[in-house]
Amino acid sequence: MASAREMRLRIKSVKNISQVTRALETVSASKVRKAINAVTATRSYATKAWQVLKHVAQQPGRDSLHPLLAKHASVKHILAVVITGDRGLAGAYNSNVIRYTSQQFDPSTGFASGQRSNVPVKYIAVGRKGRDLLVRRQKNVIAEFSNLPAAPTFMDVSAIGHLAVEAYKNGEVDEVYLVYTDFVNMSRQITTVKKLLPLELGGEGRVEDFEHSSASTGPAAAYEYEPDQREILDEIIPRFTALQVYQAILESQASEHAARMIAMRNATDNAKELVGALQLAYNKVRQQGITNDILDIVGGAEALAAK
Amino acid sequence: MTIRCEIVSQDRTVFAGDVDMVVLPGAAGEMGILPKHAPVLTTLKYGIIKVRKGGKEELFTVAGGIAEVQPDIITVLADAAENVEEIDEVRAAAARKRAEEVLAKGIPANTDMYLVMEAALRKSNLRLDAVRRYRRGGVRMPTSEN
Repeated sequence: MASAREMRLRIKSVKNISQVTRALETVSASKVRKAINAVTATRSYATKAWQVLKHVAQQPGRDSLHPLLAKHASVKHILAVVITGDRGLAGAYNSNVIRYTSQQFDPSTGFASGQRSNVPVKYIAVGRKGRDLLVRRQKNVIAEFSNLPAAPTFMDVSAIGHLAVEAYKNGEVDEVYLVYTDFVNMSRQITTVKKLLPLELGGEGRVEDFEHSSASTGPAAAYEYEPDQREILDEIIPRFTALQVYQAILESQASEHAARMIAMRNATDNAKELVGALQLAYNKVRQQGITNDILDIVGGAEALAAK
Repeated sequence: MTIRCEIVSQDRTVFAGDVDMVVLPGAAGEMGILPKHAPVLTTLKYGIIKVRKGGKEELFTVAGGIAEVQPDIITVLADAAENVEEIDEVRAAAARKRAEEVLAKGIPANTDMYLVMEAALRKSNLRLDAVRRYRRGGVRMPTSEN
């Protein structure tokens, strides 16, 4: 058993750690509240925008409507926008995203849309942790965005969506996916992949609406466009696509703070438990020491008295 | 026979409900939408959305955006939208004054700043106009807020 002094030091250090984790928990708790406000405020707009895009994608003759609606003849390159946090200490938050990403996009483990097993994947990393993990796994990271502000505005992140849209337009990539963490509630966040381009008719894969309902109607009739088709599609398709990236970032940030808060609360609880156990062990050691000392004195005194 | 109407601005849902008729300020002019309307996708101008429901009418300002019409639902994605009853007149007037002052100083046209202020001016003009013309019970006295 360790000496009493060592144990005292150990208890002290565990207590210090629990103070740090408790502070982090409090900070995350206030951040998560703000993040939830931000994400729920924009959620209905983003969901509606996505529905409109889907309706547009159901139009007859979509391939000729707009370059972003046209499916590329064959899929030679895939782009994945992977959204993680800049910092760790958030439980399994970051590693979940990366693990899910490789499940979806690694040739060895299969692929989001089925058979295509050997399509090279390019990555755009949003968040420092994701970048580091992807680079370590020797993925082809073509761009990275880190140190995003705590409450990003659409302008702050529109560049990310723009980049993805441009890459698709130029034919550099033939499909664009978005990997993010969907915020459901404080204790539940779902790592999700969403196909951004070309627009799909919907209903594929996992929950992919930001709002967790599917109140979508099933229209097929052709739109009338005002003022004219070209102008309106040019305006809404790139913007609404970029908006999905923005919403995904907000969802991910709320998820990150929630994950960190839970992780830190668990860490604090564990530390408390550990301190309790250590304190008990320390008390035993100390008592043992005192008993030994008394035995020594008593033994010495008796030896003297016996003379 | 009603049609679902949802007006969403970038930061909140402004209106959602089943209504009899909606009048939108479309890019090509005002358009009245009744249930079973043919699908339309249109951009919106700065203007007023009128929502009629059981003989009552609700009014919303909208500062541009798009509207999607399906036979059973109208979705308005507004850049900014507000119920006319909720408009804070004092703030709108102050915003207009600010924008006019900045524009009067003569910042060169076609800069971002110019466009932003011009948009702000148009928006506050729209809101003030909406209040004057449509608010029930006429113009309210300025509140003590701000």
